[in-house]
Amino acid sequence: MTDDPQTATPEELQSRIEATIPGARATVTGDGHHFMAVVSAPAFDGLSRIAQHRLVYDVFGAEVGERIHALSIQTNTETDR
Amino acid sequence: MSEQTSNPMREAIQGAISENRVILFMKGTPEAPACGFSARTVAILQSLGEPFAAVDILPDPRIRQELSSLSNWPTIPQLFVDGELVGGCDIITEMYQSGELQETLGIDGATDESPAPESATVPEAPPISIENRL
Repeated sequence: MTDDPQTATPEELQSRIEATIPGARATVTGDGHHFMAVVSAPAFDGLSRIAQHRLVYDVFGAEVGERIHALSIQTNTETDR
Repeated sequence: MSEQTSNPMREAIQGAISENRVILFMKGTPEAPACGFSARTVAILQSLGEPFAAVDILPDPRIRQELSSLSNWPTIPQLFVDGELVGGCDIITEMYQSGELQETLGIDGATDESPAPESATVPEAPPISIENRL
């Protein structure tokens, strides 16, 4: 409920993921500090899980662990769905 | 200033990863995890009875800095097997549920022999705590 610009929101995370990873669809939940992102993208095809998660972490760079205290990730390729 | 050419912290981390087949970098210790994600990862490894080395990253912020720059992975915990990053809590949990983790660790028949014990009753293999010289 806070409008503190410092506080990250699930909506912000979702739109940044979708804007950065081509074709990505994301569902993000969270309380401003701990977030859970479920992301599917054609870009994940053929990548290891580690590489898929790195793509998502890379959207936020050094913010992970700082402003975004914790980010749980679950990735799906388009063909998984 | 030899600081740019030698990095003892990075070398110590690399050494620990190459000397321990299964090594977990975590917040706190296996006996007293300081974070829920670390706790869950420890619980999974312990339920598989797999001995593992553990390094607490909390005592010195440089451990985490160097580890993350080495592994290209921003969060803690981080599990390495045979020198390779396997993943953090999310990936370990997924891999445990699908049986891939057991495969990666070389645990055979973990699922077909005994119908997956819900709770680890006998903490048979105490984790090796590597001394925190990092």
